[in-house]
Amino acid sequence: MEKMSRVSTALGGNVLTGRTMHCHLDAPANAISVCRDAAQVVVAGRSIFKIYSIEDEQFVEKLNLRVGRKPSLNLSCADVVWHQMDENLLATAATNGVVVTWNLGRPSRNKQDQLFTEHKRTVNKVCFHPAEAHMLLSGSQDGFMKCFDLRRKDSVSTFSGQSESVRDVQFSIRDYFTFASTFENGNVQLWDIRRPDRCERMFTAHNGPVFCCDWHPEDRGWLATGGRDKMVKVWDVTTPRAREVHCVQTIASVARVKWRPECRHHLATCSMMVDHNIYVWDVRRPFVPAAMFEEHRDVTTGIAWRHPHDPSFLLSGSKDSTLCQHLFRDASQPVERANPEGLCYGLFGDLAFAAKESLVASESGRKPYAGDRRHPIFFKRKLDPAEPFAGLASSALSVFETEAGGSCMSWFVDTARRYALAGRPLAELCDHNAKVARELGRNQVAQTWTMLRIIYCSPGLVPSTNLNHSVGKGSSCGLPLINSFNLKEMAPGLGSETRLDRSKGDTRSDTVLLDSSATLITNEDNEETEGSDVPADYLLGDVEGDDEELYLLDPDHTHPEEPEYVLPQEAFPLRHEIVDTPPGPEHLQDKADSPHVSGSEADAVSLAPVDSSFSLISVSHTLYDNRLPPDFFSALVRDMLRFYAEQGDVQMAVSVLIVLGERVRKDIDEQAQEHWYTSYIDLLQRFRLWNVSNEVVKLSTSRAISCLNQASTSLHVNCSHCKRPMSGRGWVCGRCHRCASMCAVCHHVVKGLFVWCQGCSHGGHLQHIMKWLEGSSHCPAGCGHLCEYS
Amino acid sequence: MLQVDMAEGENEMRWDGLCSRDSSTRETALENIRQIILRKTEYLRSVKETPHRPSDGLSNAVSLDGLNKLLAHLLMLSKRCPFKDVREKTEFILKSVQELGIRIPRPLGHGPSRFIPEKEILQVGSEDAQMHALFADSFAALGRLDNITLVMVFHPQYLESFLKTQHYLLQMDGPLPLHYRHYIGIMAAARHQCSYLVNLHVNDFLHVGGDPKWLNGLENAPQKLQNLGELNKVLAHRPWLITKEHIEGLLKAEEHSWSLAELVHAVVLLTHYHSLASFTFGCGISPEIHCDGGHTFRPPSVSNYCICDITNGNHNVDEMQVNSAGNVSVSDSFFEVEALMEKMKQLQECRDEEEASQEEMASRFEIEKRESMFVFSPDDEEVTPARDVSRHFEDTSYGYKDFSRHGMHVPTFRVQDYCWEDHGYSLVNRLYPDVGQLIDEKFHIAYNLTYNTMAMHKDVDTSMLRRAIWNYIHCMFGIRYDDYDYGEINQLLDRSFKVYIKTIVCTPEKVTKRMYDSFWRQFKHSEKVHVNLLLIEARMQAELLYALRAITRYMT
Repeated sequence: MEKMSRVSTALGGNVLTGRTMHCHLDAPANAISVCRDAAQVVVAGRSIFKIYSIEDEQFVEKLNLRVGRKPSLNLSCADVVWHQMDENLLATAATNGVVVTWNLGRPSRNKQDQLFTEHKRTVNKVCFHPAEAHMLLSGSQDGFMKCFDLRRKDSVSTFSGQSESVRDVQFSIRDYFTFASTFENGNVQLWDIRRPDRCERMFTAHNGPVFCCDWHPEDRGWLATGGRDKMVKVWDVTTPRAREVHCVQTIASVARVKWRPECRHHLATCSMMVDHNIYVWDVRRPFVPAAMFEEHRDVTTGIAWRHPHDPSFLLSGSKDSTLCQHLFRDASQPVERANPEGLCYGLFGDLAFAAKESLVASESGRKPYAGDRRHPIFFKRKLDPAEPFAGLASSALSVFETEAGGSCMSWFVDTARRYALAGRPLAELCDHNAKVARELGRNQVAQTWTMLRIIYCSPGLVPSTNLNHSVGKGSSCGLPLINSFNLKEMAPGLGSETRLDRSKGDTRSDTVLLDSSATLITNEDNEETEGSDVPADYLLGDVEGDDEELYLLDPDHTHPEEPEYVLPQEAFPLRHEIVDTPPGPEHLQDKADSPHVSGSEADAVSLAPVDSSFSLISVSHTLYDNRLPPDFFSALVRDMLRFYAEQGDVQMAVSVLIVLGERVRKDIDEQAQEHWYTSYIDLLQRFRLWNVSNEVVKLSTSRAISCLNQASTSLHVNCSHCKRPMSGRGWVCGRCHRCASMCAVCHHVVKGLFVWCQGCSHGGHLQHIMKWLEGSSHCPAGCGHLCEYS
Repeated sequence: MLQVDMAEGENEMRWDGLCSRDSSTRETALENIRQIILRKTEYLRSVKETPHRPSDGLSNAVSLDGLNKLLAHLLMLSKRCPFKDVREKTEFILKSVQELGIRIPRPLGHGPSRFIPEKEILQVGSEDAQMHALFADSFAALGRLDNITLVMVFHPQYLESFLKTQHYLLQMDGPLPLHYRHYIGIMAAARHQCSYLVNLHVNDFLHVGGDPKWLNGLENAPQKLQNLGELNKVLAHRPWLITKEHIEGLLKAEEHSWSLAELVHAVVLLTHYHSLASFTFGCGISPEIHCDGGHTFRPPSVSNYCICDITNGNHNVDEMQVNSAGNVSVSDSFFEVEALMEKMKQLQECRDEEEASQEEMASRFEIEKRESMFVFSPDDEEVTPARDVSRHFEDTSYGYKDFSRHGMHVPTFRVQDYCWEDHGYSLVNRLYPDVGQLIDEKFHIAYNLTYNTMAMHKDVDTSMLRRAIWNYIHCMFGIRYDDYDYGEINQLLDRSFKVYIKTIVCTPEKVTKRMYDSFWRQFKHSEKVHVNLLLIEARMQAELLYALRAITRYMT
């Protein structure tokens, strides 16, 4: 009640008026402090010590306290404070360790009152007791805090922090006897002024020096601290253990922090380096400052609210030699400029999207995302409006979920697990991977693997049984090759014709040859002209999105369960448009259409898939043997890899890259490879396929990738006896001087796998224990326990 | 010729396997090395024995040279590898090479330091677990255990932090490419003509794929690095002259400009290597065994010392003289320690009684600053830097000496306005994350390191002495602490000590063993190394403060 009346008189009798304004000082300021009447401010720095009165329109210099000609270090102020009870009383902390008090009531020009030279190092902070007229507290670089009674010539009591330099001291506003001090090593201590022997409480608040602290004016026990680690933390010290209530992350080390009057959750901060602005934060919303003052051109060194009960006037001094009065209504509000929009993909294809509420509302009638044409995915929309904040920017969060199973990624996981990437001959790897792909219903991928095997494996590796199928070894291969080059446009037609032939059981090598080479070339052709756009233009597609010419040209491999995907009549016209054949595409189209339909029908009845792959292999044999080095295909393979990668199937791209190794690596530029690797590894890790991802990292040849599993490889070990970390002391605990885990068999320290019996807790090297328990059933430590190993 | 080339190509030497902590990996690597060496040796021998073929003369010399390099490396490993198996095996290989009739090298000099007797320094193999872990770390990171590490291990706590920082600066995440980092190291070390560091980093530079052409001189390096030359020069000798214009010139140079992060990385590297050069000279670090001047192929029986030893001022006779000189004054020096302790005690007690006036305090700083310029070693002879080192920097005449002769005025830098803890740290950590923390820790450890001993006395609070040394160095750079009475420096540091400090910090290339021996004669070697650590960290901080202040000014 009493407090309320005082507020009204203070504010009622003398309503604060003013505007945002600044005045130039002669020198950089280090600290400022406001008089009780809110009409005067004192500015102190290395070579400035002046009192200004705050008028409506401007600052007016009232008094210069630096008198005398000789520059004295006693006047080089690190901090200044104006007594909140006595308008005539000021104290300054000097960089040379002197604490000076000033009495404005002195009649002479020199207002210096007392000089305390007890500190050995720079005094960082001085603070008057909020209620006692004569009590002054100082905190110094030498690690001591001293309490002075201004009626006496020396300190009343000395508090030793027992740690490093004191950076700030603040009397509690609510608790008469309590003060807080902050230290260079990150600690905060709470003291009782009557007990100088030891602090009441100590806790580590920050990593690195704590530059400042401020008690909450209303909430008893709330203490805000700011540190070099760029954080502002609000602590509740009423609980037995100091509890961190709020934490604000700023962009630079925090030099000063001051609670905003009458606003329970607001505090103002300024920084020590780099950042020149003053921020006012709402501690409940720690990511965006509520207000920002951008007047200063160099770091702000002192901030003070003009009146303890008026939240709209802030004064500040800066290294740029200006003194500013900021009006809250003139502050810029970063929230207004913030873009409250965000987009994120979930692992399983979910999509979360946050946007300004107004935007979302206006478009609510429209379906935000039409499902991909190829993937009939259904989005569910969940509206989850974020907590509205003071009427400022608020955003609506929408989450779109894919229908369960709609784009299930289990194929990815299975493939990743089962693929073989190294350790066997190329042919076997390809076969294995092809088999894996086929079993997962990814025929196109399987086909690709088979092709790769054909391209890169030397004939010696082809099983002899397959050789039997290569009919007419002696037949000239010049012709089919020439054909395939010259008759590119004809390819599909020819291809289907040969297929027709083949379906009749004809296995003449040259026609089959035509088939495969034609396929390859059309394939290449398409990708060159269309790139990644190709699949998007198709109306058909499969779940994985791997639709490629090859797939369409080989109806043998269509999955029997999904017959609707085989729509050759539609597919061919489309491709012809893309290939851009000048001479009468219509004719070709017709020509291609009719035989193919019949061909596919014939296949469906008579042909087993195995057959065709055999024929392909036999072809490759002749191809490789007589004509083409594997290099010939490298451009093709490169395009194929790119195609897969752009399709989103980096798994395929990376797997092929690893399996083929040197054969293709040089053709693909480093950056693209790195990109694929990182994407794939990222995917694997999201699916928690750690082993696979590690294998991929290990097998990769790119420097940037292979160093991935060389980073942060240190393992921290704690002593098994006293639980202390053992860093840097080898395998002997520095505290209990015992070796860590000893092997019960060989009595050496176990540095790798440690296995122990759960019955008697003796153990050792995995190998040793295994060997021991083969021969004996008793514990190797001799404790008599019958250990079991399974 | 062809054959030799083939052999070189096929059997590219792989030393990295030896750095593994896994003993089986080391074993395979060793076996591999053994085979290569023996093959080469056999080849050489066969060539020697077969009748002379004229075309082979050159190739013989080439391959002998190659083999000798390998043998020198083996010698280094046999002495300096922290892993016992490697030491033994390499020695065995060397022996078997010798048995084949090839001359093998032997180490020159007397251990890692020319100033400190080898027996005082920790022998590899006799370290405790903690030190072994440090050695193994260092060996794994660099593939060697350098002499600096072996001397610094007097203070393992510091060494750990030092190695961590250095490893981070050279090998971990950072804005500069690896070969740039080593090249900057070379530039910085060359400013002080520190051939030891230059040699080490030339090897490293080539190892990470640097262009050997750059090593012919700064003018062959990219323009970007050439631009850094000026900053390097000023930073090494007159850091107080660094202005924001220097910074601006580097950051705004069209296509050759540095980014802020790169610049901070470069500045940290420069300062690190300037001060490391100070340490190298201050402790008289000997050349590495496998580098030039660290080993010889001449048999020891010819004479007790060879030419190199003499030029290094390092032969036994010299040592004898110094020792005898030291013996004479043992009693004197005993009193030195006593007197120093007495003074510290007095200062502690009477500090509160007589309070010097403000003007007095200010003038004491100025006096100390001015005097520090004239403190110089009597034998101030001109040393022409070795040619191979001098080519790494331009403008050899620019040094600290010049300026001190003219008595130029050093402006005062107030640490209360810009200090490492508040300002420097924040800036470095912002632009080059984590390094601020590492350097901060290193400064902290160096400044606070104490064993509470002084020579033969125990339980001494040395903080006053350490602070005096630290502040004296900063004083030489014009950095003033408002809260320090510079009169203390005069009381605590005697002239020969000041000469030593001054020489190490400003012109480290001029340090002699005599200087090292003549200060603090009763103190232990480990304490002198401790002093060196203080010196180099204070110097690094001073240079950093000036450079970072300029960057801050540029940014605001």
